[in-house]
Amino acid sequence: MAENGERLRRTMMFVPGNNPGMIKDAGIYGADSIMFDLEDSVSLAEKDSARNLVYEALKSIDYGDAELVVRTNGLDTDFFEADVKMMVKAGIDVIRIPKTESAAMVEEMESLVADAEKEFGIPVGTTHLMAAIESAEGVMNVLEIAKASDRMIGIALSAEDYTTDLKTHRYPNGLELRFARNMILNAARAAGIAAFDTVYTDVDNVKGFLAETEYIHELGYDGKSVINPRQIPLVNQVYAPSEDEIKNAENVLAAIEKARKAGSGVISMNGQMVDRPVALRAERVMKLAKASGLIDKEGHYIGK
Amino acid sequence: MGINKTAMDGTLESSDIQITVSKGTDGVQISLESDVKKRFGDDIIATIKEVVKKFGLDNVNIKAVDQGALDCVIRARTITAIQRAMDNSEQPAWEAL
Amino acid sequence: MENKLGRNLPDKLMNELHFKPFETTKIGNPVFQRTAPKVQVQNGHDKLKDDLKQVVKKNVKDGMTISFHHHLRNGDYIFNLVMKAIMDLGIKDLTLAPSSLTGVMNDMVIKAIKNGTVTNITTSGMRGSLGDEVSHGILKNPVIFRSHGGRARAIENGDIKIDVAFLGVPNSDRCGNANGMEGPAAFGSLGYALMDAAYANKVVLLTDNVVDYPNTPASIRQTQVDDVVKVDQVGDPNKIGSGATRFTKDPKDLTIARAVNQVIVNSQYFKDGFSFQTGSGGAALAVTRYLRQAMLDNHLHASFGLGGITKPMVDLLEEGLVDKLMDVQDFDKAAADSMKNNKNQQEIDASWYADPDNKGSMVAQLDIAVLSALEIDTDFNVNVLTGSDGVIRGAVGGHQDAATAKMTIICAPLVRGRIPTVVDHINTAVTPGQSIDVLVTEFGIAINPNRPDLIKQFQDVPSLHVYTIEELAKKAESIVGKEEPLQYTDKTVGLVEYRDGTIIDSIRQVKD
Repeated sequence: MAENGERLRRTMMFVPGNNPGMIKDAGIYGADSIMFDLEDSVSLAEKDSARNLVYEALKSIDYGDAELVVRTNGLDTDFFEADVKMMVKAGIDVIRIPKTESAAMVEEMESLVADAEKEFGIPVGTTHLMAAIESAEGVMNVLEIAKASDRMIGIALSAEDYTTDLKTHRYPNGLELRFARNMILNAARAAGIAAFDTVYTDVDNVKGFLAETEYIHELGYDGKSVINPRQIPLVNQVYAPSEDEIKNAENVLAAIEKARKAGSGVISMNGQMVDRPVALRAERVMKLAKASGLIDKEGHYIGK
Repeated sequence: MGINKTAMDGTLESSDIQITVSKGTDGVQISLESDVKKRFGDDIIATIKEVVKKFGLDNVNIKAVDQGALDCVIRARTITAIQRAMDNSEQPAWEAL
Repeated sequence: MENKLGRNLPDKLMNELHFKPFETTKIGNPVFQRTAPKVQVQNGHDKLKDDLKQVVKKNVKDGMTISFHHHLRNGDYIFNLVMKAIMDLGIKDLTLAPSSLTGVMNDMVIKAIKNGTVTNITTSGMRGSLGDEVSHGILKNPVIFRSHGGRARAIENGDIKIDVAFLGVPNSDRCGNANGMEGPAAFGSLGYALMDAAYANKVVLLTDNVVDYPNTPASIRQTQVDDVVKVDQVGDPNKIGSGATRFTKDPKDLTIARAVNQVIVNSQYFKDGFSFQTGSGGAALAVTRYLRQAMLDNHLHASFGLGGITKPMVDLLEEGLVDKLMDVQDFDKAAADSMKNNKNQQEIDASWYADPDNKGSMVAQLDIAVLSALEIDTDFNVNVLTGSDGVIRGAVGGHQDAATAKMTIICAPLVRGRIPTVVDHINTAVTPGQSIDVLVTEFGIAINPNRPDLIKQFQDVPSLHVYTIEELAKKAESIVGKEEPLQYTDKTVGLVEYRDGTIIDSIRQVKD
């Protein structure tokens, strides 16, 4: 598992790799992660063009605190090697492996990335990986994929190809994705990495998008892939903690601080013991609260 | 060095620039169309020239139709067009990056 | 000479035309003698005409000042009809003084300039081919650009003395009682045209819809009107709507609009009974929608919405979130219909709206204005008139006037394509930074240092990224690079009045 702390990954925004207008503006919408796509959104004739464009953009555009991800072309394509080399050289944070079906594929990517890091004088291990699960094979092997490399930071469901593989298609109620979503989430948690849900393509259907986001939030997903910046505030709204959650988290952190000052190993709050999972959850709630603009600089709830 | 083939990259969409490179005999010749020519014309041409130089090209004709592209886009489109003209698209142009 | 903003003004022209340089946004309490129109008495029996050329011939002479309104925007048929008649009659040396010029008028104006029919222009703005031609020096005399409030002031005090006003109306009776609300070319408020009707020596109405006498409600009254000319069609109803008023899906506009909403909601002015003006640009319209939700969430309502009215504002009126709409023009059909059907949407003339030299205009009562910009400099001075190439492509509109609001917010993208919005030096100063309070861009906001109260209110709001305007200018430059300075000739092609009639900037001919 890569250094994974509790970085927020509520939104991963897809940006077509050959669209200068979208690449230029990708940083202004507050996406936690930005994924530049060299794969499906780029036609075969433009693969070189997109690769050079994303490279130059990564070298010169300031994307602030966002985590920068590139989806390369598949390991079975002619474009893949050049994709990986150039993105590693550009200093990308994460390479997303498309159509991942086995730990061996992650290992293959890892060795190519490591070679590139050596070639360009980048400390080995700097570039992180994530895997997109797009098939039944991938779902069935998701645990070994999630644990395949220390560079792994997350796994993502990619539902369009997956439902085709299952001989179904996407339904509004998402029942066809229940198994995959749970498999991926549990594998991610077992490996200690992030779980990203699939995209929602009907950009104008706000109600449907919110319902699906609420559902995956409830499951425990870190966040959702978004194809339009307009979806970002909606996801953030779903992931914003409630006033009760924030106040409770404030109390937990205060209790920890009190115990620390007192030099006590046992932390209690209202007579209940504060154990590690409770403490971690409180930290995550406060991080979400801060990102949602719900607390002031001192960490106190200020409301919407 | 020069090129023998005509090749192109980029579109006429906003924020993009379309670069066409072709065989030249009279040094590096660049023609530029741009709505921001008055304010950024010299910059755009300098950016293209810099890429051309990195490829070691002495003779080439370049037509640039700009729609308000940033420098990084201009560089990327020029690199791709030149690589295409050299039939070298899948080998990253390390010399120019 | 230089004015208080450091803008260079042409001494010779300033002296010849008796203009004073801009000093301050403060108007004070001066006393003025207004002018009044000449009246040729008649009993009103013979006003209705069907020969436009005869009416033109009777009224328009060489060297006169003629006026039009722009309420029909790009659907206007009247301007070209009248100008053709004038040219056919060989009349020369006219001053054109419309409330503004729209794209559909461009070809005709260019022709009229070239053949000497028009030798002077005063307008709110111009775009497209006309802006281009004027910027390249087609007109001998400089165009005088005035805000809507400034035009009302100039008409009242005689700076603009209109000899003949040609006013297209969607209905009129035979004596000249007319309004903007009924008929095939209905456009709602006649706000700008009401000034011409009240102050022109001759008022000619043109309509395709002669209705029974007496026509009520009458915005223009028979006592003001000399002639009523029946024409085939006043305008193209499909092109009267500005088209700019659809709800934007552009994510950048929405990002800016959300930030504007945060600025409003976190300001001292967001309280029950507040008032606001939002324009018709993409982001401004979206602001109105976000504002609606904020008003619902906070259980408060506005006392009035002002200016150009759009459907989102009408929605607020109908929901009871706004008590009154004070309507100087309607940007879309829904807004025009609402003026007809809702007694709480009041037609106001340009003086009532925005004139600095009357006994109190509505903009003086305004809490919040949301306005746009082509460029804004690090002193918060705003350009809404010339593009980054120095060519005229905009209008003063109500910008200077609405900017007198208690909190004026400029919303604009930091860069458009490769063109920076926040810059060290703007090409043309239109609205002084003294009257601008907050700039909102997609990257963050900047607050005018002359508003420490607002800095205090916004600096700790987690959703607002507060920068200095110098930082935003630097950010813009880091994205697009440094602009090369524009090249101009020495010829002045435009003078921009501040709303009080002083000169805030000059526009020179561009060099290609």
